[in-house]
Amino acid sequence: MTSPTRTTARIGDPLNRVDGVAKVTGQARYAAEHPVEGLLYGWVVSSGITKGRIVRIHDEGARALPEVVEVMTHTNRPQLPPFDHSYTDAVSVPGSPFRALYDEKALFNGQPIAVVIAGTLETARYAASLIDVEYESESHNTDFAVALTSQFVPNDKRSTFEPPQSRGDAHAAYDAAPLKVAADFHVPAYYHNPMEMHASTVVWEGNGRITVYDKTQGPQNVQAYLAAVFGFSPEHVRVKNPYVGGAFGSGLRPQYQVYLATLAAKMLERSVRVVLTRQQMFSHVHRPETVQTVALATDTSGRLQAIINDAATSTSRFEDYMETVCDWGLMNYACENASAKYTIARVDTYTSGDMRAPGAATGMTLFELAVDEMAYAASVDPLQFRLINYSDKNAMDGTPFTSKALREACAQGAEKFGWSRRTPAPRSMRDGRELVGWGVATGIWDALFEKTSAHAKLLPNGDLEVATAASDIGTGTYTVMAQVAADTLGLPIEKVTATLGDSALPKSTVEGGSKLAASAGAAVQHVCRGVAEKLLVAADQLEGQPLGGARMEDVTFAQGRIALKSDATRSISFGDAMSAAGLDTIEVEDSPAWHSGGSSQTRKSRNTHNAIFAEVKVDEELCVVRVTRIVIAVAAGRIINPKTARSQILGGVVMGIGMALHEETATDHRLGRVMNHNFAEYHIPAHADIQDIEVIFVDEPDPEVTPLGVKGVGEIGIVGTAAAVVNAIYHATGKRVHSLPVTIDKLLV
Amino acid sequence: MDTRVFGGTSQAGAAQSSEAIGISLVINGRRRDFVIEPWVTLLDLLREQEHLTGTKKGCDHGQCGACTVLVDGKRINSCLALAVARDGAQVTTIEGLACEGLAEGHGLHPLQQAFVDHDALQCGYCTPGQICSAQGLINEGHARSRDEVRESMSGNLCRCGAYTNIAAAVMEVLEKADTR
Repeated sequence: MTSPTRTTARIGDPLNRVDGVAKVTGQARYAAEHPVEGLLYGWVVSSGITKGRIVRIHDEGARALPEVVEVMTHTNRPQLPPFDHSYTDAVSVPGSPFRALYDEKALFNGQPIAVVIAGTLETARYAASLIDVEYESESHNTDFAVALTSQFVPNDKRSTFEPPQSRGDAHAAYDAAPLKVAADFHVPAYYHNPMEMHASTVVWEGNGRITVYDKTQGPQNVQAYLAAVFGFSPEHVRVKNPYVGGAFGSGLRPQYQVYLATLAAKMLERSVRVVLTRQQMFSHVHRPETVQTVALATDTSGRLQAIINDAATSTSRFEDYMETVCDWGLMNYACENASAKYTIARVDTYTSGDMRAPGAATGMTLFELAVDEMAYAASVDPLQFRLINYSDKNAMDGTPFTSKALREACAQGAEKFGWSRRTPAPRSMRDGRELVGWGVATGIWDALFEKTSAHAKLLPNGDLEVATAASDIGTGTYTVMAQVAADTLGLPIEKVTATLGDSALPKSTVEGGSKLAASAGAAVQHVCRGVAEKLLVAADQLEGQPLGGARMEDVTFAQGRIALKSDATRSISFGDAMSAAGLDTIEVEDSPAWHSGGSSQTRKSRNTHNAIFAEVKVDEELCVVRVTRIVIAVAAGRIINPKTARSQILGGVVMGIGMALHEETATDHRLGRVMNHNFAEYHIPAHADIQDIEVIFVDEPDPEVTPLGVKGVGEIGIVGTAAAVVNAIYHATGKRVHSLPVTIDKLLV
Repeated sequence: MDTRVFGGTSQAGAAQSSEAIGISLVINGRRRDFVIEPWVTLLDLLREQEHLTGTKKGCDHGQCGACTVLVDGKRINSCLALAVARDGAQVTTIEGLACEGLAEGHGLHPLQQAFVDHDALQCGYCTPGQICSAQGLINEGHARSRDEVRESMSGNLCRCGAYTNIAAAVMEVLEKADTR
């Protein structure tokens, strides 16, 4: 029975993560951790050349080991479909999706070209080292700077991509303006590097059925992909991902390890597990390398007169990945003249893809570096500059925002940070032998919503189960679902079980774009309201009708009881209502109706915003930079759980600090290979790099944006963060660095 | 020795029969005997043979700390330890820490509870290594301040960026231990 001492969980409560105990005790099982009888281990052999063809794979040495079951290559693999459309997925981009082991062609360095399958992990790994490959190399190019000479705008664009809209005459206004800055900015490719390496366990169930434990952000996306590629009936493919060890976008599209594990399972009719190595994590999706030219001009009071914001990003030779890079600055600042141009350029790597706040983490960050330079050129405080040029509407297309509390975010962040105590001149603040710098930046991201279905099942004792085929990649989705369900039916959190990460559950969107809390949350609330309505109908069956035929608006649901609002003493337990109607369970499965589009006249922009304040300390002689303090104020609508939402923002900020100071992909272009493909040389922030981070959620009620008023917080934390840090470095040192990360060598020159 | 048959060949195989070595470990308080090849890491032994998958593999090169376990009370990267070189050792994994907590009459080990309370995790994949590392740090008795904790925990990477919350959780347990 419902314990009356437990309190009802409410939306807005800072509850502990409901999957926390499973994770801190080691009970949460990730993709490579589900025990399977008779499991075989697949070890991927990666191409040593960047471009050309495989002449011959010498696998005799590997096959000579008695424990080796098979060496799967393009010469002996099972049949695969011939056309590209079989290999597309829900979030693929135009082009020809990569097909591992399809033919003898090598398209990028590190491409999987064989899989050794053996009875033990150690044998598979050793046997893979015995494989010798003869290649015929062709010339390649992995140097983005070279590729830019043939940058282009593809005709066939990704469905979610819209080109930036220019306004006025930016070039003429720029020429005419009294104050101006212009610079070319660069960020390297970034690899997502979730702590869990991409892994799949394919369980061969027999009778044409497989169960796949996969590291993915969308189990139903992988289900549909595997069915199409390998000729399974979709209902015979079940994909599960109850726990995902981070992804940040790397699990949006099906990755090659799930393809290879399934191909091997099909070939051998056995269960197979494939886990990539950390080195191989640098052989697939990554944030594109980006160059951006920003030119800004103001009048003598610091009002923007012109924005020119051109960018180009890298993609592969076989697919056209595009992302929204240029729009953010044009949306965020009032300025009558703005132009933007976005192109892509091909390099011989795997296709780039979405990584945390794709396009904005780079495009808005680099734009905010230029804004800081413009503020200094106009002798205006950088925070004041942003307020002078503040736009209450989307400045790019003129549509109003459903809400935009960026002004409040700036004010609250500045207050908490102590911005008013900043002296503007570079090198004017100091702490012992360290120069102190304070920088600011703002960020913007989309508030997305996608129709999602959910299922709810209530038992007479008040136990409630809610389910949808969503994923929780550390985002707190389990907790959000449980909390929304508990709030809707007035239950303690302990009475609710949230289930996700299973393609057999009701249809859900992929976990990406910061849309799942809003989308899955709304679906859960909708079906729980359906349960509440059925409960009330059931209550009417009770003899004497103690609720007097009350309607939904007349009652409350709390602590496992339905009570009259007008007289709380008149109440019925869920169990009594259900038994009166002869119900063992109440179940509802549905998706909420929601129209976020509207006609062109009523169309609105839906966005989250932030203001980030950073303090750095820079050793004057050694130029070692420490980020000692961050305050980030976020305007993201309604926050379902401030504790888990705060963690999402912290994560974005930490990754942003990594962009500013640490992360960089170093490619040897002669080989076409990422040379720092490990955690010792591809630096991500460690404990010692991260000091105080304060997160403020600004009050921003917005019933219009999504059904729950939720905007999502997974990405907004990274947007602009690196700019705040790099702007602080300028304030500390007087040095402008236009190429991230800001490593010591760039400050010593 | 595991002699399950796969595909007509023994999993153990010829190499194992000639090169395998007998060892015993005390894993989470229970003595376990193994006959294993000398190239099996402690991490793979725990994950693939003992199915103690709470210990994670994040790089297999000693660069991320996800595989941290306690061997005779000291934190080590189990991916860099060959199991045969640890014959006779006491190994505590994240699964064993929970048992310690239960033995003390709590549901969870104090570090585990503090991690949950401070939301010192998101995806949870680095978490067992962080917690084992923190217990090792406490056992060492060197780190006292938050700066020292940060420095001494820097072998454990967290891509979700839960560092500030992890530091808060470790400090809470450290300070409670100090006042006991």
